[in-house]
Parts: sequence; C-alpha cells; structure tokens
Amino acid sequence: MTFFRLAGLTTAAALASSAAWAGCDIPGGDVRVLGNDYGSIQTLVAGAEACAGDGVTVSANLTTEHQSLQVAALTADPAQYTAAVVANSSIVPLLNNDLIRSLDDMVAQYGQDLNRNQMITIDGHVMAVAFQANAQHLFYRSDILEQVGLPVPTTYEEVLTAAQAIRDAGIMQYPFAMNTKVGWNLAEEFVNMYLGEGGQFFEPGSARVSINNAQGVAALTMLRSLMAYSNPDFLTFDSNATQALWESGQIALATLWGSRAAGILDDEGSTEEITSHTMLAAAPTVGGGSIPASTLWWDGITIAAHVPDADAEASFRAFMHAMSADYIAAHNNETVWLAPGYTPTPAAQGVFATANAGALPYPMLPYMGLLHTALGDNLSEFLQGQESAEQALADAEAAYTTAARAQGFLE
Amino acid sequence: MPHRTFLWFILPSLLAMVLFIALPIGSVIVQSLYVEHPQVMVESESCGPFGCTSATTVDQAATRALREAHPLGRFNGLGTYLDRNHLATTEVSAAWQTATGPGDFVSRLMNLPFYKALAFTLTYTFVVTPVVILAGLAIALGVNGLPRLLRGPTIFVSLLPMIVTPLIGSLILFWMIDADGIIGATLQRIAGDPDLSLKASPALTWLTVILYGIWHQAPFAFIVFYAGLQTVPSETLEAAQIDGASRWQRIRYVVVPYMAPLAVFVTLIQLMDNFRVFEAIVGLSAAANATSLSYFIYSDLNGDTQQFGSAAATSMLTILGVAILLTPVLIRTWRDFNRKRV
Repeated sequence: MTFFRLAGLTTAAALASSAAWAGCDIPGGDVRVLGNDYGSIQTLVAGAEACAGDGVTVSANLTTEHQSLQVAALTADPAQYTAAVVANSSIVPLLNNDLIRSLDDMVAQYGQDLNRNQMITIDGHVMAVAFQANAQHLFYRSDILEQVGLPVPTTYEEVLTAAQAIRDAGIMQYPFAMNTKVGWNLAEEFVNMYLGEGGQFFEPGSARVSINNAQGVAALTMLRSLMAYSNPDFLTFDSNATQALWESGQIALATLWGSRAAGILDDEGSTEEITSHTMLAAAPTVGGGSIPASTLWWDGITIAAHVPDADAEASFRAFMHAMSADYIAAHNNETVWLAPGYTPTPAAQGVFATANAGALPYPMLPYMGLLHTALGDNLSEFLQGQESAEQALADAEAAYTTAARAQGFLE
Repeated sequence: MPHRTFLWFILPSLLAMVLFIALPIGSVIVQSLYVEHPQVMVESESCGPFGCTSATTVDQAATRALREAHPLGRFNGLGTYLDRNHLATTEVSAAWQTATGPGDFVSRLMNLPFYKALAFTLTYTFVVTPVVILAGLAIALGVNGLPRLLRGPTIFVSLLPMIVTPLIGSLILFWMIDADGIIGATLQRIAGDPDLSLKASPALTWLTVILYGIWHQAPFAFIVFYAGLQTVPSETLEAAQIDGASRWQRIRYVVVPYMAPLAVFVTLIQLMDNFRVFEAIVGLSAAANATSLSYFIYSDLNGDTQQFGSAAATSMLTILGVAILLTPVLIRTWRDFNRKRV
C-alpha cells in the first residue's frame, strides 16, 4: 500500500514539477498536510509540493485513516499538521473542537482566482476551500438495458423493474449492486435513500433524532427490495468490491461514487465491451420524490488553528498553487474539480446530473457522525430478514441517543 | 531471602508494572466514569458548493470555557456502564418484565449490542479453546513420531499460521471464501447451490471466524506441547511399554498427566486471547453477524467522533470478563499448588 502511494506521489510530483514554472512566491514556511489517500487528493498535494524549496518545506501524510488521526494531531500545540484535507463529514469534528482557523484574510489576499462556490462558510467565515465534488449516482450498461428493451431508470422503482427483467432474460442473476458494507457504507446508503424519501434526520433545531417514521421504513424497505437483486455477499461490498464487480461485467446497474467513474471508464481492469457500454446518470429518485436519493459531497482544504501564521500562510498559498487554473487543467480528467480551469468530462456527468437534479448536501451537523455510526451498526439485521424495519430504526435511534448523551449533545 | 533484598530484587519489574499496567488501567477506570460536557449549540448559516443551509454548530467559546473548568468532563458514575450500548440494565429489566416467554426474552436480549457481542465472544472462546488444545496436542504427538530428519521442516510449516499476521491471514481467507474465490466456488460446486455464501448467513460467518481462529491458534498449543514432549522421561515411557501398554495407553496414562500443567498454561492464554477476538472480525468483514467487545472499542475510537468514555467502559468490562473466565482455572491451580506444598 505504502509503495503504491509513494509511487503515485512520485509520478504526480514528476508531472507537477513540469508545471513548477508557475512559481508560488512563498517567502518561507513549513507545510505539513494530512489527508485521505486516493488519486485526486494525491494530485492536489503534489501540486502543493511543487512549491517546496527556497525556505519552504512541504510534507504530506496521506492515509485512509486520516479521520482517526486528525483531531488528536490538530489538538497539539503546535499542531502536527498545518493543513488537513477534509470532506463535509470530516470537517465537523475539527469545527466542534475549534481546531481550524478562519480563512477570510487569506482568501481575500491570495484567493482572488477561486470560484465563489468553493468557499465553505460557517456563520459568515470561510473555514475551508473545496476543490472537488462527489456524489453517488447511477451506473448502467446500455447494451444490457437494450437487450431487455427498457429505458434508463430514473427512479429506484424502475431500477427494480429493470433488474427483474435482466434476471428474467437469464442475463444475470444479481444485476444490481451498491456500497452496502456494514458500517459507514451501509449507513450512507440509508442516508441517501431517506433524504430521497423526503425524510428529516432530527427534530428541527435540536439533536433529537427522528428516523423511525414512514420515510425511514420506506427507505429501508427499498434497500431490502434492491438487495434481492444484489449478490448475497452484499453486506461486505465497499467501493473496491463494487468497482471490481462492475469491471468484471457481473452487474449491469449500480449506485456508485462519482469519484470511481474515472477509474471504471479508463482502459485498466476491464474490457472494451464493458467500458464502452458503461453510462452514467443522475442518482434515481425514490417513492415519488422529486430529488435524487443521493447526497452531495465536497472535499476541501482547511488550515490548522494551532500553527504559526507564517506556516498557515505558506500552506494556504501552496494549495492555491495546486488549485491554479493551469494545474487543474493539466489534471482535468482525474475528478470533478470545483476550481477554475476545469472542463467537465464524460466521467463527471453523473455527479453533475445528480447535483443539477437538486440532491441535498450531506448534513454538516455536529451530531450527524454519531447517527451515521449508529445506523451503520443497526440496519444489517433488517436487510438479512432477522427483524422488522421499525425495530432496526428503533435500535439505531436508541444507539444514537445513548452516544449523543455521552457526547453532551443531548441531556 | 530477607524481605529487604526481595523488595530491591523485584523493584524494577514492579515499577514497570505500575507504569505500564496499573497506571493505564487506573486512567481507563477514571475515564469510564466521565462523559463529555454538554455542548453549547448555536444556530448559524453554513454555505458551500451546493448552496446555503441553516444548521446548528457548537459554540466554541462557551464549550471551551466548560472544558477548561473541568477537563475530564462531567462525572457520570457508572452511567456509561449501565447505558444501552453497554450493560443496558433498563432495557434488560424491561425485557424481563414484558417478555412473553423465554424465547422472546432471549431474542430481545440479543437485540442489545453488548449481549449480542457477548454471545458470539463466549461461543468463540468455548469452541476454539478446547479444539486448539486437542489439535495442538495431536499435532505435537504426530510431529514427535516423525523421523528426526523430517521434524525441522514439519515444525516450520506447522508454525506458519501463527507467523502470518492475523489481519492479513483473515483477509486472505476472506478472498478465498468469496463466491469467486477457490474455497467459495468449490463449496458452491459441491453443494450444487450457486447462492451459497459463507459471508451472508450468521451461522456460516460464525463458523468461518471460528475455523480461522482454530487455524491461527493451533500452532501455539502445538509448539508448547511439543516442547513439553521433549521432557517426558523416556524411562517411564519404556517402563510402560515393557508393562505392555499400547501407544494409546502410554499417551493417556503417561504423556497427558505429565503435560497437565502445560495444558493449564495454554488454557489460560487461550481464554484470554479468544475473549479478545478482533482481527478476524475486521479481516472477514464479519461485523454484521459476529461482533466482540474488542470490536466495539475499535468502532468507538475509529472515525469522526471518538467516544472515549464508552470505549473505556467496554475495556473495563473486557478485563472483568477475562477475570471471570480465568477464575475457575486459577482456583484449581491454586488448590493443586497448596496440595503439593502440604
């Protein structure tokens, strides 16, 4: 794993150094980055690393375990990292603990070129600068839908019909998949489906959970109906597993992350027949709802509170260099960039279609993480037919309430 | 040895034990009695690439003031131990009073995370421990009966399961039992059932984790017993042979009694290890069907929000569980020890 990461970084750095002529003009400082570990983040960090030299040092720790490290690492004074790459869920603990600084001044001084919609503002202060967008959306095989003579599904009810038709035609026994691994992934699918049904997670203005309702039951029931068309191992499916299923041609309909589209559509790991018929569409709606059953995500950079101002400024400016139009244009195909210089590619159309259809952003609430964990631990028994939907939702609510009390969100 | 000399003699290890065992446990006990301060929340507007929403956020200044006044948090006594995510006393007594029958009570008990995890952990412990001891003894006797030339390579190969990192070993097994993996596909063919999945049903998942546990732990019992076999006096064995004892009788009446203290040792270690079953659950993605107390600690401390109080309480309950499991074995050893002294 480490080897691949290093190899990836070196390649990206080699690519980046060719663009180093752009210059960063940073007087000096120490840039230490913590972030998740996958292609587009490696590219962004490589862009920042191009600023190293002349009194500026840049180091990065990119790891899939970044969420477990970030609070402890940024609580230290001085902080272990000057910048953290976060998503709309992982910024919450940093905000809760007051570990990241307002970027207002630096944005005014160095961020003139940024797009307006890159600013993540909380209570009027810019706390993060987003660089990419992501969402789960529908992937489908046009050749197989043609064989059964059905149009592209726009609702999950149509997905069920199409899956049944594919099964009846004897093409595939299990034509559908989504990321339903117990834990974070399964909870995310419920969050998507529940918002698509028009549900509200909390009573307005409070941390009291309310998911054990008609929308909750409908969302769970739809997930269970879908799982009848998914391989029986579905409780172990994460992004890596579903991407492999897709690339090996074992499924024809799937709800997957947009960030996987570039990897699925490239010429590695699959055959021409599969990739040329892989089409992307907005996430389906559900239960007659008007918005896609999906959530919108962003990834962005934050700057640690407990670091010297010079280092904070160097970190911010190094990332501004990575988000410059030239650099983004040179790496256009890797993801859905939010920064200027980006031209949308075919791999991005699923995310765009989902966002344009009005999908909601993932809730950025201080206690959402606790609910997400409780959902991940308590929904699998219903999907396996061991308990009722109401019981599963009641268990998730009870587990959340217990945790939220201990964390001080509820009395 | 005079008491004074004895004290100086054990002082270094005593210090190390206090520093690395007693103090951390003390700290965990203290942490398990506290929960976080009430979070002061304010309504504010947050904006991003997808528009603006009104949302609650934590009031930093107010929350910081609370934290600085009492860094440990709010004292909660045994509250965390008794809440629904741990011993769930309220829920258990409610289930006891309103259950329609023993079956209903058990199913409601199994719906609580702690008892569900306990059911798997205890099953795992009480299946894996005896099987590992028997398998270890059998392998040791087998290897001991081999010609000298073959022993070295056989010992090395037999130890391999223990050398493989548990997480890696279970990941390898995870892919082998996949519907496309060598074991999974073979089983489907033998059973003639294309839907057979070792990962889907609770019973088969339990079986997989337990078999993995036996495969991984047996070499430990084997190497201990094999070392023990080298010290069985050959005179006694020869005497038994002259008396006309069969191979089985020699094992039953000479070797096994001689190995009894070692078996106690292996049992102690195995009970402790198996009660903390963890890596296989992560590696085999088995958390939907099989969880353990150690897995809860992991999931409390992993991810966005770290729940230290909850993890500390689960840790103390784990120590308590290990202590309860070990007590019968320790009492027996203590009695034997006293009998010999007399």
